[in-house]
Amino acid sequence: MWCSRTALGRLQRIAPCTVTGHHRAMSALPKVYVTRRIPPDGLDILRKSGQVQFELWDSDDPVPRVELLNKVKGCDGILCVLTEKIDAQLLDVAGPNLKVLSTMSVGYDHLSLEELKKRGIRVGYTPEVLTDAVAELTVALLLATSRRLIEATHEAKTGGWGTWRTMWLCGHELANSTVGILGLGRIGVAIAERLKPFKVKKFIYTDVEPRTELANMINAEYVSLDELAKQSDFLAICCALTPETHGICNWNLFSKMKKNAIFINTSRGGVVNQEDLYEALSTGLIAGAGLDVTTPEPLPTHHPLYTLKNCVILPHIASASYTTRNAMSALAANNLLAGLRGEAMPKELKL
Amino acid sequence: MWCSRTALGRLQRIAPCTVTGHHRAMSALPKVYVTRRIPPDGLDILRKSGQVQFELWDSDDPVPRVELLNKVKGCDGILCVLTEKIDAQLLDVAGPNLKVLSTMSVGYDHLSLEELKKSLLIWACIFCRGIRVGYTPEVLTDAVAELTVALLLATSRRLIEATHEAKTGGWGTWRTMWLCGHELANSTVGILGLGRIGVAIAERLKPFKVKKFIYTDVEPRTELANMINAEYVSLDELAKQSDFLAICCALTPETHGICNWNLFSKMKKNAIFINTSRGGVVNQEDLYEALSTGLIAGAGLDVTTPEPLPTHHPLYTLKNCVILPHIASASYTTRNAMSALAANNLLAGLRGEAMPKELKL
Repeated sequence: MWCSRTALGRLQRIAPCTVTGHHRAMSALPKVYVTRRIPPDGLDILRKSGQVQFELWDSDDPVPRVELLNKVKGCDGILCVLTEKIDAQLLDVAGPNLKVLSTMSVGYDHLSLEELKKRGIRVGYTPEVLTDAVAELTVALLLATSRRLIEATHEAKTGGWGTWRTMWLCGHELANSTVGILGLGRIGVAIAERLKPFKVKKFIYTDVEPRTELANMINAEYVSLDELAKQSDFLAICCALTPETHGICNWNLFSKMKKNAIFINTSRGGVVNQEDLYEALSTGLIAGAGLDVTTPEPLPTHHPLYTLKNCVILPHIASASYTTRNAMSALAANNLLAGLRGEAMPKELKL
Repeated sequence: MWCSRTALGRLQRIAPCTVTGHHRAMSALPKVYVTRRIPPDGLDILRKSGQVQFELWDSDDPVPRVELLNKVKGCDGILCVLTEKIDAQLLDVAGPNLKVLSTMSVGYDHLSLEELKKSLLIWACIFCRGIRVGYTPEVLTDAVAELTVALLLATSRRLIEATHEAKTGGWGTWRTMWLCGHELANSTVGILGLGRIGVAIAERLKPFKVKKFIYTDVEPRTELANMINAEYVSLDELAKQSDFLAICCALTPETHGICNWNLFSKMKKNAIFINTSRGGVVNQEDLYEALSTGLIAGAGLDVTTPEPLPTHHPLYTLKNCVILPHIASASYTTRNAMSALAANNLLAGLRGEAMPKELKL
């Protein structure tokens, strides 16, 4: 179907998609499917490379599963975002040509790594290029939670603001506090670096094992999960979502935390037991929580967490800056092209 | 009136107020009026000192002007907050005993410094008002700098829009450019008015990979600027170069309305404007124009004119304007520290000693 003019014409009438690549050289160029209208920088790189013919789901919304399964057939490469489940079903349907899977994200919980490894498919992802944006948003979320900005803007807007009062809308300061990090990676370190000048007294962290090199960058002490809960005035969750970390933030954790503690999650929703979090917040077991990730996403508007004044919920915007999304797009495109050329990728996920 | 039991009884029936001080030693102890129910640490210090007899407007809301003028008569000291105008009228009514004015704030635009300082010729005697003034700098720097950074990030990363979208059903599946904001990394941050608070803000912004700090002021502040490696520029250059502009100056006749169309029209289209100093520094009509026409990207305000800003004010209708109800120093630890410092300033002043933090008049 890719090699005939009739087919090409037929393809071009199926919206919304774009097909690129010269007709004569079409059988030579690797075929790629791009599952979303990614930011301009990445699309430019793919177009100008002259190395691929690609189809694009040219929309801001996710490609329906049926369409996706149809389009990946016979592809050499796929560039996806985190809404696509790259599992055995999809990989079987795609077929044996598939060499490269490039995701425009640092998280890879939507990829079946076992299945990809089995088929010898190389995987590109986008670490580091989004670290600054994610760390910045995590600190923004922490401060919005600890200093009660959502409550405060609401009071101002709706007439709750009277004359200046001495204890109204008081929050919890970072100065002289202990900040705990669950899962110390690049992002955890970047967050700690940004919190330091707020006069944080101490950084502590837990992980599957000590991360000495990273910990030394921020002078953080390795502790158990229990100690992390007991000592943290601010607790930031920065781990990957794995079978081991699934639901690790549950009643067992919250019940050991301080009453003044602020809990922040910008990792993945699955790390938190949301029913337990609701209980902890509504009973004053901890002071507040800020979440950029939930289960599911989007979190339905009737979810009880939205009713809590001390719970701030953001719609997964940690990497949402113009510069970073374009950088992720460019990196994902470059990972894909390098993989198809059989070369080293700028950022390859070790399987 | 202070010395008789009948009067004391009368005072105690006037709510809400508290009178302290032993009856026998009452004529000896300096008399103090506290204009608000300040946080516990300060009140404890006054009570336990045994050095003053004080009356307290025991409420979270401001003391009415008439009551205030009545209560300050004959006082040796006044401990106030920023809602009380300490002007010629009040000082005249208070009378010649008044030695110390202690405000629980770092701002002093509510105090008539000229009046506090001046000499009076009364009858044949020369009275120097010479009232000493205590205030609360430094103890609130951390809280204010923290809140300023919080407000900057909430504005640049669109947190208010985002929480609203999540809560009201605007959150669909993940999209690549939805709710994108402006990052601090590789940006230029400008500070208008480089003092303790401006430096503290810059220190907190640095690890976000800010490329450059610039500032303007009435004159270079070399020592402070060196702490943050900031370059001194003109007001025009500050406007032209800043990706993020933080207003940190005191409100004076010179700075009143300094953030106006002249400033905004020189700023970048992506610029984020943050004010946690005083509302009077900003021309709010010009700011509304600048925001609604896309002349600048966004603004975050913790201070407005007036305060509270009435709910019908057009600035509330703008998605790119974040308004907080003057909470920069609102942390439990800081408000108690301000209260304690204000109390200690007052007591030291009444003893004729050096205050922990005295405002040079």
